[in-house]
Amino acid sequence: MSQPTIVVVGNGMVGYKFCEKLVSRSAQFNIIVFGEESRIAYDRVHLSEYFNGKSADDLSLSTLSWYADNGIALHLDDPIQEINRIDKTVHSLKGTVIKYDYLVLATGSSPFVPNIEGIEKNGVFVYRTIEDLDLIRDYAANAKVGAVMGGGLLGLEAAKALIDLGIKETHVIEFAPRLMPRQIDSAGSAMLQSKLKQFGLSIHLNKSTSEIAGDDKIEFLKFNDDTSLMVDMLVISAGIRPRDELAKLAGLQTSSRGGIMVNEKMQTSDECIFAIGECALYNSMIYGLVAPGYEMADIVVAYLTGGDKFFYGYDMSTKLKLIGVDVASFGDAFVTEPECRTIVFEDTHKGIYKRINISNDGKYLLGGILVGEAEAYNILLQTVNNKILLPPNPEDLILGSRGGEGVEGAGLMSLPDDALICSCEAVSKLAICSAVNEGASGIDDIKKCTKAGTGCGGCVPLVKDLIAGTMKANGQYVKNVICEHFDYSRQELFDMVKINKLKNYDLVLDHFGKGDGCEVCKPAVASILSSLWNDVIVKQDTIQDSNDRYLANIQKGGTYSVVPRIPGGEITPDKLIVIGQVAKRYGLYTKITGGQRIDMFGAHVNDLPAIWEELIDAGFESGHAYGKSLRTVKSCVGSTWCRYGLHDSVSFAIEIEERYKGVRSPHKLKGGVSGCVRECAEAQAKDFGIIATEKGWNLYVCGNGGSKPQHAQLLATDIDSATCIKYLDRFLMFYIKTADPLTRTATWLNKMDGGIAYLKNVIINNSLDINEQLEEEMQDLVNTYHCEWKEVVENDELRKRFVHFINAPEEKDPAIKFEPMREQIKAKW
Amino acid sequence: METILDIEWVLACYADDVPANGGACVKHGNEQIAIYNFVRRGEWYATQNLCPHKQQMVLSRGMIGSEGDSCEPKVACPFHKKTFSLLSGECLSGDEFQIKTYPVRVEDGKVYIGIV
Repeated sequence: MSQPTIVVVGNGMVGYKFCEKLVSRSAQFNIIVFGEESRIAYDRVHLSEYFNGKSADDLSLSTLSWYADNGIALHLDDPIQEINRIDKTVHSLKGTVIKYDYLVLATGSSPFVPNIEGIEKNGVFVYRTIEDLDLIRDYAANAKVGAVMGGGLLGLEAAKALIDLGIKETHVIEFAPRLMPRQIDSAGSAMLQSKLKQFGLSIHLNKSTSEIAGDDKIEFLKFNDDTSLMVDMLVISAGIRPRDELAKLAGLQTSSRGGIMVNEKMQTSDECIFAIGECALYNSMIYGLVAPGYEMADIVVAYLTGGDKFFYGYDMSTKLKLIGVDVASFGDAFVTEPECRTIVFEDTHKGIYKRINISNDGKYLLGGILVGEAEAYNILLQTVNNKILLPPNPEDLILGSRGGEGVEGAGLMSLPDDALICSCEAVSKLAICSAVNEGASGIDDIKKCTKAGTGCGGCVPLVKDLIAGTMKANGQYVKNVICEHFDYSRQELFDMVKINKLKNYDLVLDHFGKGDGCEVCKPAVASILSSLWNDVIVKQDTIQDSNDRYLANIQKGGTYSVVPRIPGGEITPDKLIVIGQVAKRYGLYTKITGGQRIDMFGAHVNDLPAIWEELIDAGFESGHAYGKSLRTVKSCVGSTWCRYGLHDSVSFAIEIEERYKGVRSPHKLKGGVSGCVRECAEAQAKDFGIIATEKGWNLYVCGNGGSKPQHAQLLATDIDSATCIKYLDRFLMFYIKTADPLTRTATWLNKMDGGIAYLKNVIINNSLDINEQLEEEMQDLVNTYHCEWKEVVENDELRKRFVHFINAPEEKDPAIKFEPMREQIKAKW
Repeated sequence: METILDIEWVLACYADDVPANGGACVKHGNEQIAIYNFVRRGEWYATQNLCPHKQQMVLSRGMIGSEGDSCEPKVACPFHKKTFSLLSGECLSGDEFQIKTYPVRVEDGKVYIGIV
């Protein structure tokens, strides 16, 4: 049997979504799409971003190759003119005739243009397609005063577009007594209006336009109340009209007020023809949002692929950001007493209005309105849709937590499994939780495997909370407490130790812990103490990991390795000779490390102080290779020798390594500086990486080599050296203060809510207002630097600790044995 | 003090030599014994110095602490953080290892280990 042919009329968001859903579920169909516009489907919801830097390509939902790859024949710029229901054929403008088995009408809507005198004049536009936007942009270049007719959702979007285009004076003219009459009430509208005024919008309510006046181009608007307004251009956004003319022509049932009538399977009066999206009229309703359009597409796909799913109307709750103001409306927003009880919160200072309608018995949330702050929208909507029992004080829902637990997180996990979290893609709570249980750990993972959050994006905060909640329920990180002895996260403990000025482990344990400590909390507290007070760590040697206790890295067999600091990898021949002599004298194996320095292996613990005495005499310092602290700042040779080098990367690497040497952190830190974009220092694989540009440096942070390599992310571009160090001070100190124990910067960033954008905001925009403090704290650490090995070498009491047998200090561990390998030694064990 | 049955009390080191809340290694013939000065609890412990996991002579360099509600004293090997009870020598990290423990007595600032 040949494949049934499906013709889709319309290549808007819903038409495209239909194709996407169909090909993902079945390869049985021959799909042909006809679109009126010359572009492939694009995101009309975010159309105003076109004036905000997004290109038509950015807004595009797909690519031409996607259609080709999925075997879909796409006819752009070629609207269908006629449907012959008897032959089951469609006829396009360019003369193509196709025989269909099923026909899907996704013709969308057109802007409603009221019949006002002068409507045809130049300077009057509608707001629907990218072409409309191009026309508006061109005209706006010479316009000073603009107006939008219609104060609904789309009208306010259009007003924002005019502001973005640099129109100095923008007016919104609304016929109704309030803005967004379909979504919000009068009080909400008043609040929105006062917020919008701050953004320079003039709002005129109760205004009916009687004439668009001017010689061939618009010059002013005349209103029914005999007032008028001078304007240079006008955008009409007075509602939509379903595109049903083709259906009407074909004799399908349409409504006199517009719309192709469909049943719950989205079938029109011809059972082989479906209508979806804004052209479809179900139960006397046109659904002018994208989510219900997607749902309709899903229902037709289900029908065609043998499923059985029906449309019974759709929740028109919505949340959006209008010119920087959050507006949301959900459930039954307008129900009033005595059918319900209403709780209203108004803060005219901050411009916040919240209203919730609850059932008379106080048990259920019916709906509500949020203006100015809509963070609670998702959970409130879920509370309505899932008929979740309200808490005894339902006002907490809009007033937020006042000292107690946050409402948002608490209610979320109690949602039923089938609660719809992402309405655009119809993803349930169960689907998201299952994905997390199968290993997805971030919003990006969830987007990839469930598609949740990929539509309007409104559910993303909810999805994030759900991920965190599920992980928490699985015990994946329950409040990140340090260990059984401390019921605090590292960050909390850090602050408590600081405030109470505690300087040793036992005091910290007595104040905030229980039991006798362990191998987890001891080094964690040791790290905190070092980051705060920068005292000599061997004074509290028994709370340090073995490496920190002996200031050297323990190796197979129980010997230690010795790594002097070689900043930036630059070393004089004399110093190289000293390293050679020391290694020879103490029988050490030598190797160049990945961090551009020299490691000497096989030292007996007894020999460490003597080895270091010689190194320090020659001008070396501890390299902190044993510590959770700065290791090296790797550099390429830079502009002093390299013919490509833009700046002196070696000098800068040395400066930075000298600055942060000895600073203790939650985990080791590595840096890199490259003198040009060729990136020979591999700076983008480091915790911080600096790459020379023509104008300065680019600063990257939170990269990692290791078992899970991760490229560093760009924090700042083209900054000078002083700014670079300032940002590094802030970044490193912020990491030191807030990361969990043994968490590298990459993981720390991965776990950070808001990711690099949030980090940028903290480091560059000072969003937490802590940068001055961070810089001071880092400067304190820099000022209190000391070479740990110098302290030991010069202190007989400390030197005494470097023995293997306490009762035979001269004797070395007889268990340690070496065997020869390539003219050096290796551990035998 | 008298010698009880066949335990021989051997002078191992001076109490001052063993760092507070940490360990040190003593040589007893060909044996290496780790001694722990658990100041926080006012207790002393001794075990073999060899970690049975990777056969390394390092337990005396490990961190000591406690585990669970019963506050079982323990030492963590610095190599791979296997932990052992200082009371029973049992491995607490879920492996089938057992280390030798020794009784300890401290008198006049001297530390004695009981060798069976």
